Amino acid sequence: MSTDAITLPRAEAAARPFVDRLHEWVTTVDHKRLGILYITYALVFLVIGGIEAGIMRIQLIRPHNDFVSPQVFNRMFTMHGTTMIFFVVMPLVFGFANYLMPLMIGARDMAFPRLNAFSFWLTAFGGLLLYFSLVGANGLYGAGNAPDVGWFAYAPLTSRTFSVGHSTDFWTLSLLVSGFGSIGTAINIVATVLCMRCPGMTLAKMPLFAWLNIVMAGLVILAVSPLTAAQIMLLIDRYLGGHFFDTQAGGSAVIWMHFFWIFGHPEVYVLVLPAFAFASEIIPVFSRKPIFGYPVMVAATVAIGFISMSVWAHHMFTVGMSANATTFFVASTMAIAVPTGIKIFNWLATMWGGKIEFKTPMLFCIGFLFQFLVAGLTGIMLGCAPFNWQLGNSYFVVAHFHYVIVGGILFATFGAFYYWFPKVSGKMYNETLGRLHFWLFLIGFHLTFDFMHVPGLLGMPRRIYTYEPGRGWDVWNLIVTVGVFFQALGIVIFIANLIWSYFRGKAAGHDPWDAWTLEWSTTSPPPAYNFASMPVVRSRRPLWDLKHPNDPDWKYE
Amino acid sequence: MRSRSSINWRGLASQVLVCFGAAPAAFADPAPRLSPTSIFAPASTPADSIFGLSLFVLAVTGAIFVVVFTLLAYSVVKFRKNAGDDGREPPQVYGSNQVELAWTVIPVLIVLALFMATGRVIASIQKASTPSNAITVITIGHQFWWEYRYPGLGVVTANELHVPVSNLERPTPTFIQLLSADTDHSFWVPRLAGKTDLIPNHPNHMWIDPHETGVYLGQCAQYCGTQHAKMLLRVYVQSRDEFDRWVQEQRQPASVNATTSQGQRIFETTACINCHTVAGTAADGLFGPDLTHLMSRDTIAAGAAPNTRENLRLWIQNPAAIKPVSLMPAMQLSDPDMDALTDYLETLR
Repeated sequence: MSTDAITLPRAEAAARPFVDRLHEWVTTVDHKRLGILYITYALVFLVIGGIEAGIMRIQLIRPHNDFVSPQVFNRMFTMHGTTMIFFVVMPLVFGFANYLMPLMIGARDMAFPRLNAFSFWLTAFGGLLLYFSLVGANGLYGAGNAPDVGWFAYAPLTSRTFSVGHSTDFWTLSLLVSGFGSIGTAINIVATVLCMRCPGMTLAKMPLFAWLNIVMAGLVILAVSPLTAAQIMLLIDRYLGGHFFDTQAGGSAVIWMHFFWIFGHPEVYVLVLPAFAFASEIIPVFSRKPIFGYPVMVAATVAIGFISMSVWAHHMFTVGMSANATTFFVASTMAIAVPTGIKIFNWLATMWGGKIEFKTPMLFCIGFLFQFLVAGLTGIMLGCAPFNWQLGNSYFVVAHFHYVIVGGILFATFGAFYYWFPKVSGKMYNETLGRLHFWLFLIGFHLTFDFMHVPGLLGMPRRIYTYEPGRGWDVWNLIVTVGVFFQALGIVIFIANLIWSYFRGKAAGHDPWDAWTLEWSTTSPPPAYNFASMPVVRSRRPLWDLKHPNDPDWKYE
Repeated sequence: MRSRSSINWRGLASQVLVCFGAAPAAFADPAPRLSPTSIFAPASTPADSIFGLSLFVLAVTGAIFVVVFTLLAYSVVKFRKNAGDDGREPPQVYGSNQVELAWTVIPVLIVLALFMATGRVIASIQKASTPSNAITVITIGHQFWWEYRYPGLGVVTANELHVPVSNLERPTPTFIQLLSADTDHSFWVPRLAGKTDLIPNHPNHMWIDPHETGVYLGQCAQYCGTQHAKMLLRVYVQSRDEFDRWVQEQRQPASVNATTSQGQRIFETTACINCHTVAGTAADGLFGPDLTHLMSRDTIAAGAAPNTRENLRLWIQNPAAIKPVSLMPAMQLSDPDMDALTDYLETLR
């Protein structure tokens, strides 16, 4: 395939006024620009969500602290959770998928470029609507009323009786709107992967990145719909005289939980499968070996997708389900551990016998492997229902899911940032700053989230704005808070590195990592049309075949 | 009450844990110094069963962690690219069916073992039948306090639950029905049992059979609104004699005392009686805690403050100083009225 670019006249490019360039970005349907918009949007909200976490941790640094009032604290944990899941990790996931998917399958763009843009702007507007609650909607207690019902907004706390004013409505509506954006992008991903692969790229030859993202997209379509339905039912309860969740009138609080978690559990697989995708692309390149067990990895991915639809009530072990129902959900939760473990073993086997280079992307992926292992094991503990009756709704759970999302997903995502930054910007990032980010963030992450398990084991529930002294929780909370500052510093260095390297980094060339997938065959950054001529592939690693004509992959696959 | 297992899971797990030197064994302290709410210091059969299972699960997951971490650490060290590397690619291995089979079958077996151990404990806790000598308590969760009714004993109280101690040979467990008057709550006293939620329109139940007398602490474990953090739990496990004495005292109506009649009049002519009950008087409100034997409790406001005269006075005058946004209104009484009212409340023993 061609590594040339068709040159365009550059005379007009420099002279365009700012307003024109802004207009181009706002009206773009180019998957690469939309990817950058998603990722930039997510980074802004990462900082905001991080500040919300910082506020909570300062409040909890000692018992009976009065840094913020209980009302503010309760809004903080609601906004932090909602922001991080819907307006940070999901936009990151969609942003990377948007940017990389067409390039990796040799396509010109996503299948539906205008739907792509529409979906981005729906998601973006949803986030802005959520944050407008801080200034809009005077509630009972004065101006500014962010929702304070928790990110899963259990009924009947969300009814008009217990949530006066409009704060809950901002939560409901912002997720309703961004949910449609998510479904639009998911449809786009499925159509693109199924219909737009380049010649020779059968489903069995496409990168694992594509497999993981198409399963993720299927989960989005299946999972966001129940959430949307639940949001509509909640609005009907609140404003149109409905009683779906109105327990005073015979409605059911438990049915909200079922609807929410039928969304909520597949949602966490939506968040994690793209992280698996990053690891599956980065670990082989920096181990200098192909991914071990590609067919098994595909099978495990599909298995995870299916099983994840059947485990949701492990979030509800304490609500009083029958012993039979509880036992079923223990079984399904245990079952999903098997394909997940298989993936970890396959990544390890990829590294085994390789020649590992510890560049920043690989450092973050090794961190991902270790932390995802631990997170999976605490997940198994939580999946044992009686153990869950102690650990559930405590800081053990908070530690577990932050281990998955921060220790697993965010670490893999940082790896992805550093790995593909040269492709997107055309410049190399600063390796020293990258390593500094890694070590600072690693230390901060472990200070915070390792020790966060302990208060859970010692009886500290979640979502409490303060706690009693003498329960043995004090020193652990202090250590947890200290770790936040290391992580914050790491993020500052990360963003500084991105900005500085964009302007002053060395030119990266089209393939700085000596990698094997199609995106590395075009220029950095890619031209608007991606490839000058349509790539034709014969194996899973088309660039390996080009670089090793005497020893191509298609002879052995 | 304790399920009899042919396999001594706790013994087995403790053996395994000793080998791994796992920290939780250190938490398994009968008189916990680390924390009065540690899940590793069980004092009742449900908490005990969970503790046994948890040791097994921790042992298994600990072993998996050690194996996989060792492999990771080894590969990171052994397979790093050397300084004097010749630049050639290592052998390109695509996979191995035998290896994939091995690390599929072994996890399936591990998962099966965990599942069976878990299923057993679920059955032993959730399917336990109610013996005839069990004490029954109906717990009703409110924003942000606990109501307790003993239907068989004719007792109504709030926030501090009293139960008799149970010995293993002739158990006298307490069965607790869990209801809610408003939103979701959760009853969690870690040393006595796992938590069970209180969900409106969805009655739940749980049981405890504490083996040792003492006070057991806990708190609400399902976010229920602004003061979720201060909906604390205190369970007083007493000897049978002491418990019977407590029941007798709680069944008495409030004693009427001539010297505090002014305070009683204030109580009965302001809004107090709309929310609170004092048995034997005109006060029969149901929205707030029963105050008939208020002074028999160690704490007020669901554990938010010790039950002293100063705190009682402060609570009535300005609840926000103790528990902002609780549903107790500030009563706006003058100082002499406040003093008289507090004097009256202090007679409610």
